Parts: sequence; structure tokens; C-alpha cells
Amino acid sequence: MSGPARTLAEKVWERHVVYRAEGEPDLLYVDLHLVHEVTSPQAFDGLRMAGRGVRRPDLTVATMDHNVPTGPGVVDPVSVKQMEALARNCAEFGIELFPTGHLGQGIVHVIGPQMGLTQPGLFIACGDSHTSTHGAFGALAIGIGTSEVEHVLATQTLPQSKPGSMAVTVEGELPEGVSAKDVILGIIARIGTGGGVGKIIEYRGSAIRGLSMEGRMTVCNMSIEAGARAGMVAPDDTTFAWLERRPHAPKGAEWEDALDDWRTLPTDDGAAFDDDVVLDATKLRPHVSWGTNPGQTVTIDDVVPEPTNDAAERALAYMALTPGMPIREIRPDTIFIGSCTNSRITDLREAANILRGRKVAAGLRAMVVPGSMLVKQQAEEEGIDLVFKEAGFEWRDAGCSMCLGMNPDKLEPGERSASTSNRNFEGRQGRGGRTHLVSPAVAAATAVAGHFATPQDLAGGAGDARSKRRGERTSSP
Amino acid sequence: MKPFTSHTGRALPLDRADVDTDQIIPAEHLKRIERTGFGPFLFAEWRTDPSFVLNDPRFEGASILLAGANFGSGSSREHAVWALEDAGFRAVIAPSFADIFRNNCGKIGLLAVELPAASVQRLMDLAHGDPNSELTVDLEALRVSWSAGEEPFTIDTYTRWRLIEGLDDIGLTLRREADIARHEAKRPTRLPSVTG
Repeated sequence: MSGPARTLAEKVWERHVVYRAEGEPDLLYVDLHLVHEVTSPQAFDGLRMAGRGVRRPDLTVATMDHNVPTGPGVVDPVSVKQMEALARNCAEFGIELFPTGHLGQGIVHVIGPQMGLTQPGLFIACGDSHTSTHGAFGALAIGIGTSEVEHVLATQTLPQSKPGSMAVTVEGELPEGVSAKDVILGIIARIGTGGGVGKIIEYRGSAIRGLSMEGRMTVCNMSIEAGARAGMVAPDDTTFAWLERRPHAPKGAEWEDALDDWRTLPTDDGAAFDDDVVLDATKLRPHVSWGTNPGQTVTIDDVVPEPTNDAAERALAYMALTPGMPIREIRPDTIFIGSCTNSRITDLREAANILRGRKVAAGLRAMVVPGSMLVKQQAEEEGIDLVFKEAGFEWRDAGCSMCLGMNPDKLEPGERSASTSNRNFEGRQGRGGRTHLVSPAVAAATAVAGHFATPQDLAGGAGDARSKRRGERTSSP
Repeated sequence: MKPFTSHTGRALPLDRADVDTDQIIPAEHLKRIERTGFGPFLFAEWRTDPSFVLNDPRFEGASILLAGANFGSGSSREHAVWALEDAGFRAVIAPSFADIFRNNCGKIGLLAVELPAASVQRLMDLAHGDPNSELTVDLEALRVSWSAGEEPFTIDTYTRWRLIEGLDDIGLTLRREADIARHEAKRPTRLPSVTG
């Protein structure tokens, strides 16, 4: 090999540089621009005011996800106005739209990969911070604001200052019951919510290689919760097998050509990162957040920690938790399985496997919101919907739903959730709501137990299951 | 974009770290399709607490926000920057900012100034001690100054130039039309197209 050793991120970055000059950010070409109803209306208005068009409607795709209703009931007229604005804008500028009621509709970060539009080596932008999800395919994918959405619509490019780099290596086999969600929560607990600021994280190591594409998407999705500009995983045979034959994946000779190219993308041996973080996968446990940012997270075997600063004290007061309380003793009111973090078919299968033949604990509200209408359809073909419904879960249509309080699915003030989403900020799931971030497996087990629990807790009676494991802190529910 | 050269105003001390954009403007207030009118919803939830600093009449009319580290984390919503601007803020001073928030600030002319945590704390103490004391944020001189002192800051030279000139990014990029067209001509045909 010739030339200096380069990282995956550097290779993808370099192939998108349109213009470079000393003292200026690089101008990068955007291969795919994903658009949704909340961060786009002002961008389209800006185009109209300046008399500009959309440069590449063929590289732009839109959907409705953030404020769509996922169940029956009255839709707030302001939300309707925002969805109608998107439909009008897409029609006016010639952009393909997957609106509510269309089988292609879903959360923007679920439908891109599902259609095969998300591919290794691409530069992808979207007016949503969880755009980092697409990095699971070895794409460079960043969340942008509305001014930048307008910039991409008008020019198909983005001026970007080159971020730093961070390698997060997770080695070893994940213990039973520990999922991709626990990997990323463990990483954020380790490096903090600002740990990745100004950097692109590359997730590496045997535990990452061993994850499914859905698992890798879960990990990359929450890169932003560590403050990172983007998260990436090098493409490999798992990536290629997942992509092959998807509607927009290359076909025939172009597929072979693409494979040859994608195999050149992984980080070269000897390439240097600005930061290196190493985690031992074998030591990871299911995680549960206790506070009001995703870094305030402990394992399910822990207790609510003593506050060490004002922020932690404020968080405990908001969450109405007492230090020393075992996590397993906390009882949520609502279980939410969904969001761009955990709403794909494998997430639903994992939860359904735990729920099969079991019931949601009395008094709990439980809902599952597939990430796209196609995920919903597939789950129904597999009979997974029946498992959820028989257990007592509501089975909804696709959307962002209770991940953020801007559609009818919300927590009430003081209500507590076990949620497979990505943010436990104050009021994120509804004014006064209290969010605990967990994996789909923990959400499902918690739904049955009525308090935070792992699937293993359910298996042989809570006490038995825990006492069989070695080297763990004991805590009784 | 409004040019930013120098601004003098009173400061509002928000002594909290990791202030996320869901707090700056909660999601339920993101439904406007206009670019204006977000100011009344700035920190909407925290403002329901009468003791919240933004409700303190002594700080009414403040135009410089002082905040803790990692300000603007979370959601990419530019509405957070629009709300601050609409509520009369011209600059935010904090020990660090989330990337997307900082980018969004640079696009609309709200100045994000990074100072060491101890310096931000000193400015917060100053504001608490005398809410009428004024700060000057000078982007040309790269300096924050107050009655009893001053502190230099850095910002990338390109953003500084754009802010001082009040230049629109799209206009700047469109000067690169030939480069963009050249890049497009080189893109492999196998790359995905939404319509193809």
C-alpha cells in the first residue's frame, strides 16, 4: 500500500472534498440528504426568498416522523400544518416524500438504511442529530441545523471543518443479556456527554464486529449523546450481506465494483487516532440511566449513586430518586419500545422473545412503535405483533413517538418510563416526565416484572437468577 | 446574516453545565413553520420556576448569556439558536459548546465564545454581584472586557471573518459552482439515487 496510513473517516472525508483552501473549512459533497417535517420548513422558505432551487432532488428524500401520530385520536392542527408544509415543499421542489399512510414512511434513520440508500463511503446529512446512525455502514453521516439544511438543498455541499478522531475499541464477547444499547450506554458513561465533542468516533474491536447491522446502528445512533460529530463502523461482510438486494443497493457488475471499493475503506493498520478508548466487552452489564443526561447511567446491578456535584443533585431531584436505592427497585409507569435507537426488526424480535407467554405487570402502560411501516409489516408477518398485544402492549404505527414530546405520545408530569430511546433530558418525553434509558431486552423484562429487571431475572425467579451469576453486587428488588 | 463586530450588554448567569437544546426550547414549541417568534418559549420549562434566573427582573434586558460547559448539547434544532436570538441575546459565553449548536450559532450571527471555566465563573460572580455591570464581546479584537479586566478568546478565523462581514454561506459556496460541477461529473454512476 502506498501513502500514509489513514482512518476510515479520513478516507470517506477525502473523497468528498469539492474545494479546499488554506484557512477555510473544506467544502464537502453530500451524497444523500434526508429531510423531515420539523427542521425543514424554514430552509425551504429561505430557498424561495432567495429564488433558489434544490440542486439535486434525486439525492434528497423526505419523510414525516417527528410529530406524526402513531395511534388513533385527534392530531394537533399545528402538527398537521407542519406535515402539510413538508408535502407542499416536496411537491414544489420535486423531492420524493414518504408521508403518513405510505408503506415507505418511517423514522428518517430507519428508512434510509432500509431502502439501501445508506451505503459505505457516502457522506450523508440530515437536519437531525441522530444522523450519526448511518455511520454503522461506514458512511460519514452528520446532523445539521436548518441553515445547513438550506445550504445542502441549494448547493448539495456543506462547508465543514475537519473534526478530530477517536477510536473506541470494544474487545471480547458480550455477556448474555447485554446488547448494543448497553455497549453505547457503557461508552457514554465512560467518556461522558462531552467526551466526543469535535471528533468522529470509530467503533472498533471484536464486540463491535460481532454486532448485527441493527446493533451497529444503535451504537452509532447515540454517538451524539457522547457529543461526537459522527460515529462510524468499518464496513465488512455483515454490512454487505445486509445491504445486498435492498432496493437502492448497486446491482450486478456495479455491486461487484462497489464491494471492491468498500473493502478499501477500513482504517489502515498503523493509522493514528487523536484519542483511544478501550472497553472490555466481557465486563459490560445491562445499563439503566438514573439522571437527566445519558452519561448519568449505571448498570442494573448498581444503586442510585450519591451525587457528586450540583448537576447530579438537580438530576436526582428531578427524577425523584434517593441515593442508595437499588436500580431494580425503581418502578416505571410506562414502557416505551421504539425510536431511531431501538425500533428495528431485531429490537422487536428481542423484546418479543422475552414477552412471549408473559404479561405486562398490572397498572403499567406499555407501547411498541416500529421504526418504519415496513418494519411493522415484517413484524406482523412474523407474528410478533400478536406477542406484544397478548402481553398487553399497544401496537402502533411508525414514528418518533414518545422519544420526544412533540406528538400525542407523551409522559404525564411525574410519570416514569423505561424507554429504549436515546435521551433522558428533563421533559424530553413530555413535560415533567422522568426517563430511564434501557435496551429493548431490559424494557421487555421490566414490563413484566414491574420494576427494572433483566430477562435472566424473569427466567428462574428474580433472586435465583442473580445469585447464580458470579462477582456481582447483590441487590434485592 | 447580521454582521457581528462588537457587542456591549449586560450578562445573564446560567450556572448549569450540559444545558441541552431540549431545555433551551422544548420540542412542543418546534412546530412553527416560520423562522421567528421562538423567543417567548426560550427555556420554557425552567421559566415555570419563579426562582429561575431568567425570571429575575434584575437581569431583564441582558443580551449576553453566561453558561456552563457543553452548552447546547443534544438535538440539532436550530430553533434553540433562533429562540436565544429572538429573546435578545447576541452572544453566549461558556467553557465549551456542543458542535452542532456552535455551527448553528455561526450560521445566524449569534457569537459563541469559549473561555476557561474559571473565567466564566468569574464573569458569573460579577453579574450576580452587580446585574447592571456590562460586558463587551469584541470579535475584531478577540477580547471579552468588563470594568475591571479583560480576557482574550479564540475562534476559527473563517467563522470570525464571515461573522464580521455578515456573509451568507450559501452565497459563498455558490462561487464554487465550477468545483461542484467538476465533482459531480466524477461521481461513480453506481452511487445511489433516490429516483433511480
